[in-house]
Amino acid sequence: MQAPDPGPMPYAHEYGTRLMVSAAVATTGIMVDGVPLKLKLRRAERMRKLKAVGLVAPLFLFIVVSFGIPIVVMLFNSIYDPYVAKLTPRTAVALAAWDGNDLPAEPVFEALALDLKDAQKAKQAALIGRRLNYELSGARSKLIVSAKAAAKLETGPYKEALIAADPMWGEHGTWTLLKRTTRAYTPYFFLSSIDLRYDANGEIEPVPEGEAVYQAVFVRTLLISATVTALTLVLGFPLAYLLATLPARTANILLIFVLMSFWTSLLVRTTAWFVLLQTQGPINDFLFYTGIVGERIQLIYTRFGTITAMTHIQLPFTLLPIYSVMKGISPSHVRAARSLGAGPFYAFWRVYFPQTMPGIAAGCLLTFILCLGYYITPSLVGGPTDQLISTYVALFVSSAGNWGMGSALGTILLVATLILFFIYNRLVGIERMRLN
Amino acid sequence: MTAGGAFVRFVDVQKTYDGEVLVVKNLNLDISKGEFITLLGPSGSGKTTTLLMLAGFEVPTHGDIVLAGESLKHLPPHKRDIGMVFQNYALFPHMTVEENLAFPLEVRRVSKADIATRVKRALDMVQLGVYAKRRPAQLSGGQQQRVAVARALVFDPKLVLMDEPLGALDKQLREQMQLEIRHLHQRLDITVVYVTHDQAEALTMSNRIAVFNNGEIQQLSTPDELYERPVSAFVAQFIGENNRLRGRVVAMNGTSCEVDVEGGGMVRALAVKVAGVGSPTTLSLRPERVRINPAAGSVPNLFPAKVEELIYLGDHIRTRVSVCGHNDFVVKLPNSEGSVAFQPGASVTVGWKMEDCRALDAS
Repeated sequence: MQAPDPGPMPYAHEYGTRLMVSAAVATTGIMVDGVPLKLKLRRAERMRKLKAVGLVAPLFLFIVVSFGIPIVVMLFNSIYDPYVAKLTPRTAVALAAWDGNDLPAEPVFEALALDLKDAQKAKQAALIGRRLNYELSGARSKLIVSAKAAAKLETGPYKEALIAADPMWGEHGTWTLLKRTTRAYTPYFFLSSIDLRYDANGEIEPVPEGEAVYQAVFVRTLLISATVTALTLVLGFPLAYLLATLPARTANILLIFVLMSFWTSLLVRTTAWFVLLQTQGPINDFLFYTGIVGERIQLIYTRFGTITAMTHIQLPFTLLPIYSVMKGISPSHVRAARSLGAGPFYAFWRVYFPQTMPGIAAGCLLTFILCLGYYITPSLVGGPTDQLISTYVALFVSSAGNWGMGSALGTILLVATLILFFIYNRLVGIERMRLN
Repeated sequence: MTAGGAFVRFVDVQKTYDGEVLVVKNLNLDISKGEFITLLGPSGSGKTTTLLMLAGFEVPTHGDIVLAGESLKHLPPHKRDIGMVFQNYALFPHMTVEENLAFPLEVRRVSKADIATRVKRALDMVQLGVYAKRRPAQLSGGQQQRVAVARALVFDPKLVLMDEPLGALDKQLREQMQLEIRHLHQRLDITVVYVTHDQAEALTMSNRIAVFNNGEIQQLSTPDELYERPVSAFVAQFIGENNRLRGRVVAMNGTSCEVDVEGGGMVRALAVKVAGVGSPTTLSLRPERVRINPAAGSVPNLFPAKVEELIYLGDHIRTRVSVCGHNDFVVKLPNSEGSVAFQPGASVTVGWKMEDCRALDAS
């Protein structure tokens, strides 16, 4: 067969006769045996894709179930608190019409009395009380008393009866609080997490100075994390440099010492520091018997102890990324800088150090993010003013049963971490783009 | 080469890393100003160590190096004013091409305006002006190499060292860069010490070549001298293609000698490095100096041979023959008009002049 006019299909003759015919028919793409090539490719790839999905699926499901869903539930818990709304449906409806001035009218009291009666029967009045108690101390026992009284009420007027049961029902603030809590979605936990609260009229105000806790805890968490990160960098960078420049044999031996502490469980290392830092412990013994200190000093349950132990535990996390980046820097760069006239320090600062930046960024961010979540170490070797935000999350969730507060604090920590991670990604991403 | 004595002088330099093996043995080498000298040798021959000692990255165990009349003994690398091009270019990846070139000038506190003009001039010199704002990773290997050369020259160093700078390039680019570096050297009148293990590269660029082996200079000569008149079996073997015939000296008469070749045959050769009658020797003979079927009596050495193998290489045909009991004897037959094509198995005679056959040491 003769080759066609090379104008529209300049290379068609290279593909043979059949292809020429189908190429002439198809307007969208190359056809083979009447099937578009793209479709054939998709079919061929499908099996491979299915295999890949099959390999990933178990882990993916595991992560979704054990990690993804709990996080979503946690995020949800921090704004969703439905108990009061569920247990006081009538009151919720009645209060919706309340203008918020003075005390509510008799129908609202009647609704509340009926709701409390039901709650008492279902033995769930304490749940309402617990929620009110978050914002009004003593409300829990008062509500239980009121519910018992309400259970005995047969007819009105309910207003007098409830106020008689407990005078708090005669206070305007109780009702604004109750109205707020009958809404299932509430910003209350987040407000509390940053030391804000509602006043008697339902306006947001900062909590009194003596009661403010969490802002200070967040600042402390950031401060301790930053300090530990800075210390690990100051201690880790020279060591990483030494490891990266020593002959491989020596470097490997030294690296084992670093990794040994890396491989030891966090709890074990924390407990070791717990022993070391004791007032009657080895460090104090040494300082005391060598005469460096006149009397034993307080090391455990201090900020110093917390930061020391955390720095030790985090050191490998900062060091290893820096080390691996340093290993990749060619020694000829510094040599080149020296031969070009730079002194040893200038060559290091201008040529070597900038190239370690991706490692420093990775190591420091890893350490900083991990520090934000520290719990065991501060609670074992730190004092009451050294506890980080995780301690409070654990406190609310395990001891106080206040999932809302635990979730809100956890959510703020999570968001802070994500923001940092985003910044890190941007920084390191840009850095990588420059290097490659 | 130039008047005024040596510009760089190695005086009895020795170097050992472990205190047992001398990597450089008693090196004495004078380099003139404006010279392009190549240190050529196999890996581990001490050539790179020699270069590193000159640059200041290694300290001689013994002896001294003098640059422009000044001992380098206590001069750290950054005060030596020596430009260096590294094997992997060693361009700073976090700086642009421009910043890389400005680096040595900034260190020398050159004014900003001067830096700009000198960087531009250096970049134009290697035809990379348009790439000033790029980072090294965005350049091809050849371009990076040119930047490295420009950076080593931009501060007008006393001396330029190059440590196998073309090793990472492909053959074609390497040959092009060889010429470019050669032309730069001629144009700028700089002194260059170049290290390579590639003999073709050394022959292309150098004024003189120092062939290193086992920490010693085997021969220091111009390229043609080195190829035409190697003084040792190692040099003959390392530079260019070479036929070796082992034998024993049976007679000496003046500059020539008679050698009894191991596989049979008495060869008349030029006595270059033989200990005397009875000593073992290696005869060195360039493939292109061997004639096939020469007229009887035209050459003193004439032996029957058998064609073993023909390899077609375009401009010439490599013909392997067996002669005097050696079956790795190569003859280059030019692929010119009227040249005769042989068949494997053909019987021929091969012959060569006495002066083309050099009797060297037995190694």
